[in-house]
Amino acid sequence: MESALLIHRLHFAFAATFHYLFPQLTMGLALLIVVLKTIGLRRNDPVYHEAARFWGRIFGINFVLGVVTGIPLEFQFGTNWAVFSRFAGGVIGQTLAMEGMFAFFLESAFLGLFLYGEKRLSPKAHWLSAVAVFVGSWLSGYFIIATDAFMQHPIGYFTAADGSLQLASFWDFVLNPWAGWQYAHNMSGAAITGAFIMTAVGAFYLLSGKWTAHARIFVKTGVIAGCVFSVLQIFPTGDRQGKMVTDLQPATLAAMEGLFQSQPAAPLVIVGQPNEQQGKIDNPIQVPRMLSMLTYRRWSANVRGLDAFPKRDWPGNIPLLYYSYHIMVGLGTFFVAVMVVALLLLWRGRLFNAGWMLWILMLSAPFPYIANTAGWMTAELGRQPWLVYGLMRTEDGYSKVVSAGNGMFTLLGFMGIYTVLGILFLFLIKREIEHGPLAGHESASNLHPAT
Amino acid sequence: MASLWFWIVAAMIATYVVLDGFDLGAGAIYLIAARTNDERRRVLRAIGPVWDGNEVWLLAAGGTLYFAFPRLYASSFSGFYLPLTIVLWLLILRGIGIEFRAHIENRVWQDFFDAIFSISSILLAVFFGAALGNVVRGVPLDATGYFFEPLWTNFKLGPQTGILDWYTVLTGVMALVTVTAHGSYYVALKTDEDLGRRARGFALLCWPVQFFLTFSTLVATYFIRPEIMANYGKHKVGILVPIVVVASLGVMLWANPKGKEKLAFIASSLYIASMLVGAAFALYPVVLPARDHQYDLTIYNTASGIHGLSVGLVWWTFGAVLAVAYFVFVYRMFRGKVQVGEGHY
Repeated sequence: MESALLIHRLHFAFAATFHYLFPQLTMGLALLIVVLKTIGLRRNDPVYHEAARFWGRIFGINFVLGVVTGIPLEFQFGTNWAVFSRFAGGVIGQTLAMEGMFAFFLESAFLGLFLYGEKRLSPKAHWLSAVAVFVGSWLSGYFIIATDAFMQHPIGYFTAADGSLQLASFWDFVLNPWAGWQYAHNMSGAAITGAFIMTAVGAFYLLSGKWTAHARIFVKTGVIAGCVFSVLQIFPTGDRQGKMVTDLQPATLAAMEGLFQSQPAAPLVIVGQPNEQQGKIDNPIQVPRMLSMLTYRRWSANVRGLDAFPKRDWPGNIPLLYYSYHIMVGLGTFFVAVMVVALLLLWRGRLFNAGWMLWILMLSAPFPYIANTAGWMTAELGRQPWLVYGLMRTEDGYSKVVSAGNGMFTLLGFMGIYTVLGILFLFLIKREIEHGPLAGHESASNLHPAT
Repeated sequence: MASLWFWIVAAMIATYVVLDGFDLGAGAIYLIAARTNDERRRVLRAIGPVWDGNEVWLLAAGGTLYFAFPRLYASSFSGFYLPLTIVLWLLILRGIGIEFRAHIENRVWQDFFDAIFSISSILLAVFFGAALGNVVRGVPLDATGYFFEPLWTNFKLGPQTGILDWYTVLTGVMALVTVTAHGSYYVALKTDEDLGRRARGFALLCWPVQFFLTFSTLVATYFIRPEIMANYGKHKVGILVPIVVVASLGVMLWANPKGKEKLAFIASSLYIASMLVGAAFALYPVVLPARDHQYDLTIYNTASGIHGLSVGLVWWTFGAVLAVAYFVFVYRMFRGKVQVGEGHY
């Protein structure tokens, strides 16, 4: 039984983590592509249109992988988490179905037009199709966040006679306050990924001395967006998200921060290893009183530690939760630092020649992926031991009819296929980057002489 | 209210099969009907801008099923764990087969992705048909409301059935032939010259097989589940289903050789829709029959709460109108025979 639970959890965690590597970039790029298209349209500048087309191709490859790795998640609610679906489907089915009806149709219909219809559409209509893709992908994000928000902080439901949850108030459920801040925080995180990737590719081209006109647009757009969203990521979205965890999931907050004992004037641990056996942080570097200030806005406030909660309600894997959270926050701080310096250099007109900074911007490309993954791990590990907070425990929600062996078989199968997908993806992205922002023209004229 | 949602979900599934059916079918004939690189690119261009949108109907139908009948979703998806996982793998392979082929102008690379696309299309059609066969035949549900089916047992219809037995293999083959014909009509409609002619030839070859399988599947279904006819006896409107099925088969036979590709394609769409609606009509109000009928899952014991279903009707109607509008718009944008040398693929 234990091993079946673990395998079903790993199954979903693996599929969701791998999947989210792609939408975080497509959601971020969708916004930046609209920006590029808008500037291109207003200034009638072909370089901006070429830039948008280049990022459209990168978007297209990512989108395919996002779609094919996303379908398994919808299925897994039923295949691997049948008991949970039976329990909560009457409520969360609303947002899952709405995602299909409102977001996927919009996104898929207009992505085809955006990628393949530029010649058939007027420039304005093509711009509109980019906007539609942006709206579709960001709507999709909201429906998923609203679903997750119900699992984090269930509201708007009632318990029916058969024990299942059913919808009581649509608006309470859809406008869950948890969803609002989590959405803002998550989408800003996606925009950071988009901005860092755009900047990194631009920096790579500048350092290689290729396509410098396009590269400058990439770096400029990426740095401005990166700076705005890195700041928004910490304040207000991250701050408010933390406040919500404090109020609604106090045990989670204690585990995230590594606070084992309740105390007034609690310090904020910056670095240190949680020691579960002795209930303390080893080798801590901490800021006195800071945690009290951040959570309750008072230097002397009492913060409840893990000892205030029964052990069976503690998140199951405290070290992993603690490290995920600290990696997320650490990287978030790093993003602000990098982007503020880059923006200053850009403002002074020195960025495009500052080789050291371009190197930093290029090598930073993987970090937003790590930060977004660590953020989601914080949210979902922090919810443990609950599947639906306070209502259903994770150990009660998986499909009892699917044995550990069958679960292991399909998990390994997915790992194999996703490894191949990952290699293919990197290979194709490498080619697109090598071919550069003008590749579309070359292939249209050189490769298909028959036309 | 639950009945209304039963028909909404049935209609969405039928829409999915009609739409994704033609790109699955295009995949099934792809390796043989489209021989040169140029022809293959034309097939891909014919389905390229729409296949992803078509597949969204599967996701949207799945999401709506989850929303309206969560207990059905829970029982069937966990019970069909193994075949659904294989379906997922095939969907992944097929998606990258279509999309990644064009990225590299290398013959080996393209042949490889061509094969992936075609084989996964064929297997998906068989699996979807077998899935429908399982639903009609019934599964070993017990008092807990759950079941688990192995991929196959002894290919007989005993109490412990497998996903594949002689009946579901028959429905799987039937589905493959149906979408092959459907895809052939679509390719014939969207392309010309040799490719269009070969697609028409394929459709012509499929027709007698499809005709024969339609009737043998009906006989087999009556043989394994005689109660399937009960609704047809009770509600006279059911007579429309066999009329539309026979009429659309007739139109396909007549229109295809005359070069009326659009009419043949519409008839094939009607055929698929009426076969599926006919199956839904026969099952209603059961949504997943058990081998032991006291454990049948019906719309009554699987539906969501009434408030949720009522609220859903508001946004669903709104969403469906939008979705249909997008589809009409996109299909109009890409209407007509595909041109070479435009866009990706």
